[in-house]
Amino acid sequence: MLEVSLFDERQPALNVEFNCESGELLALVGPSGAGKSTVLRCIAGLHKPERGHIRINQSAWFNSDDKINRIPQQRRVGFVFQNYALFPHLTVAENIKLAQSDTKDDKLTTSLLSKVHLTGLEKRYPHQLSGGQQQRVAIARALARNPDVLLLDEPFSAVDKVTRRKLYLELNSLRRDLAMPIVLVTHDLDEAAMLADTMVVIHHGKTLQQGTPAKLLHQPNTVAVAKLVDVRNLFKGKVVENGNDAQLHWDNKQLTLIGTLGYHQQTVNWTISPSKVILHQRVRPSRGEQENPVSGQIVELMTLRGITTVLLAVNDVKDVIIQMDVSEHVSVRNSLKTGDNITVSLLAESIHLMAM
Amino acid sequence: MDWQALEISLKLALLTCASLLPIGLFISYILSRTQFIGRGLCEAIITLPLVLPPTVLGFFLLVSLDQDSFIGGAFVSLTGENLAFSFTGLWLASIIYSLPFAVQPMLRSFEQIAPELREMAWCSGLSKWKTFLKIELPLAWPGIITAMVLTFSHTLGEFGVVLMIGGNIAGETRTLSIAIYDSVLAFEHEQAQMMSLTLLAIALVTISIVYTFNRRQRHLMRL
Repeated sequence: MLEVSLFDERQPALNVEFNCESGELLALVGPSGAGKSTVLRCIAGLHKPERGHIRINQSAWFNSDDKINRIPQQRRVGFVFQNYALFPHLTVAENIKLAQSDTKDDKLTTSLLSKVHLTGLEKRYPHQLSGGQQQRVAIARALARNPDVLLLDEPFSAVDKVTRRKLYLELNSLRRDLAMPIVLVTHDLDEAAMLADTMVVIHHGKTLQQGTPAKLLHQPNTVAVAKLVDVRNLFKGKVVENGNDAQLHWDNKQLTLIGTLGYHQQTVNWTISPSKVILHQRVRPSRGEQENPVSGQIVELMTLRGITTVLLAVNDVKDVIIQMDVSEHVSVRNSLKTGDNITVSLLAESIHLMAM
Repeated sequence: MDWQALEISLKLALLTCASLLPIGLFISYILSRTQFIGRGLCEAIITLPLVLPPTVLGFFLLVSLDQDSFIGGAFVSLTGENLAFSFTGLWLASIIYSLPFAVQPMLRSFEQIAPELREMAWCSGLSKWKTFLKIELPLAWPGIITAMVLTFSHTLGEFGVVLMIGGNIAGETRTLSIAIYDSVLAFEHEQAQMMSLTLLAIALVTISIVYTFNRRQRHLMRL
């Protein structure tokens, strides 16, 4: 397991804590300049923080209390840089061999190249490869050292969208065979949600929340995290609790909540994932009428890759637009179009509250 | 054709190259990898011979190599020989006046190497020394070759400083450029022409080699 705890009051400031289990892929997400890459550099030994510790399988790579700070050569790290940093004067095979502890082992080079689907390109130079092929060489080289931890710094940012989707699938299948902790740095939330087991939100060098992608994207701890993970439905309301029941007063509407959470009489921020907003079918009656029904007028419809995003101006609540994602076929079957009046349900179990 | 002068010129140029290879590598590597107060002044001092008139540089070198000076005096007490008007003095002066021609191309080459490549080499387990040998040195190679060729050609053709430091002692400090000057003064135009063409040919061949080599290297390493 990789345990990271870093503090630095100098620039770039750090206040970062997270753990990553062996075989787990942890994504560090946050805006540009949030300090994500600095964290990777600290793990690799390329940047020394003021205080903290970095431990891998109980062995300390950095510990400010015990004055331990291993140099990069003494840390078994597989690092894929944003621009891959392939050695331009060396062939693909030579790039990989350079990182092998036993440089004479041709079998390992061959097996790594086959693992990343680059067999036959051994003698090519980096400039003779496409962006996707360069990334694969960088991954093979990172694995050549049999690393204790694999660090990926925005590895998909230098390739086009089509190649990126292909590489996502490749990384996903490759990581099943990898037993070490993998830390991926990205500012792309979809990428993180797709590939990671765990996400850590980092902003201004500080970790704000660690959790599964579902937890982080749908149930952020704070408004700051909600904004960083681009929560689309973010509103304010007042909670009124009565015995075991609780209601959310949202302007003139009252929404039923699932049990009490100790927010009585408090104004809170609340959110609901666009995919959890349920459309009432217009062709046949729905039991959803009983589950926080909200009516409104469609102001915008957008379809991308089979998902239709509906922007709904809610009746009874002033200046509020709620977003809903439905499958394209649902949108077609219900003949949704701009200007239509529809009803949706905001299911109680999907409403997530955050303290102000 | 003064073959002896050609031999002295070639010997001086080769020895200067051999000396400036390690000196230039050391200075340029340190300058490219470290930040320190007075770095600008340091670079200015190294570049100074490039802009100073050769006679001015020659005069200062002559004064500092004189047996009454600290350096000249120390050399006399160690070897019993004078630095001024000797081949050794000329060699020392050549190292100084060719220093910018060696350091500048090497420095630019080292500066162009992306820091990530060094860091990647460390993360791949290479020691700093191995990183220098296997990554930085091969990548800086075009600059090093350029530096050596410029040093060679510049030393071969230098006139002012050579005249001030070495004088014109046949078989000791009389280089080809001095011999050309002598021939012109003695109205031996045919000989002067022959020697000038020789210098021209050497310069052309060496510079062509650099351009050809650098183009191949750039093509190989473009990324």
